[in-house]
Amino acid sequence: MSDIVINIDGQDVKTQEGEFILNAARANNIFIPAICYLTRCSPTLACRICLVEADGKQVYACNAKAKPGMNITTSTEEIEKERRAIMEVYDVNHPLQCGVCDQSGECELQNYTLEMGVDAQSYAVKDVDRSAHDWGHLHYDPGLCIVCERCVTACKDMIGDNSLKTVARGGDALDAEFKESMPKDAYAMWNKLNKSIIGLTNGTDVLDCTSCGECAAVCPVGALVDTQFMYKSNAWELTRVPATCGHCSAGCQISYDVKHTSVANPEDKIYRVMNEWNYVSLCGAGRYGFDYQNTNVSRDEVAFTNALEAFKKADTINFTSTITNEEAYILQKLSDKFGYKLVNEEARSFQTFLKDYSEISGTTLYGSDLKESMNSNFIVSIGTAIKTDNPNARYSLNNSLTVNKGAALYFHPVADPIIDGLSKNILSINHKPLQEEIVLYLILDLFADKSQLPNEIVEYLASFHSMKSITVTETIKEKVVEIVKETKVNEETGEEEVVEVEKSKMVPKQVSKEVEVDDNRLLAMLGIEDGFDDILSKFMKKKDSFSLIVGPDLYNHPNSKNLARLVALVEKYSQFKLVMIPALTNTLGVAMINTLSSEAGTTTIGYNTKGDFILSALGNGDLDMPAINQQEGTLTSINKRVNPTNAALPYGGYTLNDIANALGVEAENTIDYTVELGSNPAFKAVEFDSLDDYYTNRGEEIRGYKLTPLSVEVSSNESVSKIDETLILEDDIIYLANPVRQFTDFTNKTENLDEVSGVYMSEEFLERSDYNEGDTVNIKTANGELSASIVSDNKIAGDIVILPTFDSKLNSEALVNGYRFTKASIQKV
Amino acid sequence: MMEQFNNRNISDNGYFLVDIVDYPTTGWGKFKRAIDRTFKLELFVGLWVVLREMIKFDIHTISYPEEKMPIGPRYRAVHEMKRLWESDTERCIGCGLCEKICISDCIRMDTRIDEESRKEVSEYTINLGRCIFCGYCAEVCPELAITHGGEYENASDQREHFVDYEAMLTPMDVMKQNAQKEFEGFGAITPHEDERVKKTPLAY
Repeated sequence: MSDIVINIDGQDVKTQEGEFILNAARANNIFIPAICYLTRCSPTLACRICLVEADGKQVYACNAKAKPGMNITTSTEEIEKERRAIMEVYDVNHPLQCGVCDQSGECELQNYTLEMGVDAQSYAVKDVDRSAHDWGHLHYDPGLCIVCERCVTACKDMIGDNSLKTVARGGDALDAEFKESMPKDAYAMWNKLNKSIIGLTNGTDVLDCTSCGECAAVCPVGALVDTQFMYKSNAWELTRVPATCGHCSAGCQISYDVKHTSVANPEDKIYRVMNEWNYVSLCGAGRYGFDYQNTNVSRDEVAFTNALEAFKKADTINFTSTITNEEAYILQKLSDKFGYKLVNEEARSFQTFLKDYSEISGTTLYGSDLKESMNSNFIVSIGTAIKTDNPNARYSLNNSLTVNKGAALYFHPVADPIIDGLSKNILSINHKPLQEEIVLYLILDLFADKSQLPNEIVEYLASFHSMKSITVTETIKEKVVEIVKETKVNEETGEEEVVEVEKSKMVPKQVSKEVEVDDNRLLAMLGIEDGFDDILSKFMKKKDSFSLIVGPDLYNHPNSKNLARLVALVEKYSQFKLVMIPALTNTLGVAMINTLSSEAGTTTIGYNTKGDFILSALGNGDLDMPAINQQEGTLTSINKRVNPTNAALPYGGYTLNDIANALGVEAENTIDYTVELGSNPAFKAVEFDSLDDYYTNRGEEIRGYKLTPLSVEVSSNESVSKIDETLILEDDIIYLANPVRQFTDFTNKTENLDEVSGVYMSEEFLERSDYNEGDTVNIKTANGELSASIVSDNKIAGDIVILPTFDSKLNSEALVNGYRFTKASIQKV
Repeated sequence: MMEQFNNRNISDNGYFLVDIVDYPTTGWGKFKRAIDRTFKLELFVGLWVVLREMIKFDIHTISYPEEKMPIGPRYRAVHEMKRLWESDTERCIGCGLCEKICISDCIRMDTRIDEESRKEVSEYTINLGRCIFCGYCAEVCPELAITHGGEYENASDQREHFVDYEAMLTPMDVMKQNAQKEFEGFGAITPHEDERVKKTPLAY
């Protein structure tokens, strides 16, 4: 897209060719009213209020594209009339219950009604029964709904669940007289509005989606409300605490809405989580999993003294990546001073993977981020259960598919109906576990620039190709001439006579012929069916930006070093831009800050995990620690951004910094270390209080700062080891992954995310096998065994059994040896 | 400009200036004033007035607390919560405007969803120790639910003195006797309101 200049209301505005006028105006702080449009989504054209005049013609600003030199007037007398009529229409039959509505004044219907100066109503239509629906975690009140379809658009274009649609409203048609008397657009908009209402696509009255609640967040009125929040509080009573979500590596900007608990209890409580939905979309865990704070903690001096004793005795600190950068930095300082071994296997594998990757790429960090994936139009995802590993990566994938008309290949052993349902332009390839290497070779084969790629690899890839002849049946049309006898009236004589007429017609005919085609054995190894080439060439049409998303399955793979090198080669020699999904909230931060050991010593301190002495923000350890929603600090996200987060709730106990102070690593506050993070050249030396946290109207993310990728010496050795075809897992396989809305023990602790822990099996698998939901099964692997009850999960498909990691009581991680898949024997108890 | 304020034509309107002697400024003047006050027995003039009126038994004050003055309908004393005439249900919808507008921050309420999916006030308190009886809560109330009542005897031995929803709500027996009083002060409907409302067209 090239830069152009357009003129809006006499103001010259720089924008890109093809950008929507509305976005160009917004980016330059020019106000054009709009209700149904969502930034990043495709225009809905439901409200028609963004009507503007472009070069003398009325167009909708949300879907008219900017052309060089365009002259736009945002308001004329005609347009004002339309807008006022539209707002009057929206107010027809709208219940006067603003006093109890959960939108409590943060209402776009109210705002625009006042903005357009609506002081009297001219229109009327008979109302239909619009009683409320309880859709599970959401409450829908069609009476309040203005059918702007923002919920439908968000669900389709951002989230990808496609759970909502417009359904028939029923009731009377509009009075014919209005067609003449009303402004044209207002009538057309009303005519459509009067016929529809929002309903569910699954035909029931209960939502069955990934429960992100984004539809309720984007609702401009109080029609869609989170059931848990309903009638709890007015918006104006809530204090908004800006923060970064602490559940996964996406690092979404959120705000915790905080108020006193009740009349009797003045303690602060989080009522809901809000987001800037034009720029960031949350998942269900981020939205509803907010109450994971460590409550009722006071300074327990005995426990603190014990902790200090334990630190004096210990030689190892075992920790998880659900900590802030500052805490990671304190741990590193303690380790430097007292020689503790820092053990965090999940972060260490990522650190190693990044290091192996850097040997070929020459940089310490992957080159791209999720925003770039979202703007690309061809995405390949490898080695991640993308829906649950990082919901934002899935939203990027979906947004690219739907809004950019993109295409995608999803390589993962676990079949996923949600991913398959995103678009018809996504192909899921459910290869066998441990075959990720083959997948990467396939990507190199399909997309790498062979003229640049090292010769050895080109030759190796060529060795998989052979020519084979196949029989193709084609339908061709053949011209057939036949002589038909017809009875005709002779014009001269007027008598009927039989004439022979020659007629030709095209007749379809099936022809089979032998064709020489290229046979790619890599495809066969992955179990990809014939016809892949056709699908791929269809997918590749008009594609110009490519994104590769890789995930945690690769970091723990027995051949992870080779995989890292292959990933680096794909990034280097193809057009793919690379994003890696860090497994947990701050895995990237920990991998950058800490020197991690692979072996634990004899005496360990556990921070949010096992140890001889346990520090825990979950409230179940020997000394309490604050949870992420009770801390100030920074978190490093998948987008390589260091994001600030604030304490939404007070915390009365000791922090890691208190322990460090007592041990002689001194700082007044934990956030004093934010500036010290800059001692690592990838980070910047910025004070916590000067970190920004907002989005501009242009959609730029002004949050914290971006990590600086460091150059490292590139080794000239770009060799990669060959495929070991025996490396494959078959038979009964378990996979470590979480159900939607769950990540860690912190999400498990929250009240609204009441996912049942157990062994997840797909519905189709349960149907085929003799297991039933609720049965207790014993799962045994080479590393250990556990017993748990079966939970039916319709968000997965196929035969692979999923074991969650969000419930540490289940101790599922003990069953595998790093790699998330493993063979298991499953027995009914 | 200032002249019109300074010249108020006092004598024209039946006002007159009281002849007040200037305060003495010299030492001798002050001495004279002291002597005058001591020996002229002006005090007894006042005492005689009191004694005279006492004997006449024509008393103008009322003997509180046996007697109480009637108070005006717009008097702003301790709050009341009104019920609907039609159904006897509570008028309060829990919108929270009173809580928001309260300038001394003495109103607090909790709301929740009730069995009929309606908003319900579960807890409501006013800290009368903080309340300045400004009447904003009654004025802002869209339902004429919270109003001021005539109950001004709310002395307390505590600085914090709370009144809750139940205590403010019109008792049912009062409703049965049709004895609920409408508040005529802040927030009440002004006369001829109906004539000023523009009707919304209806398709029925």
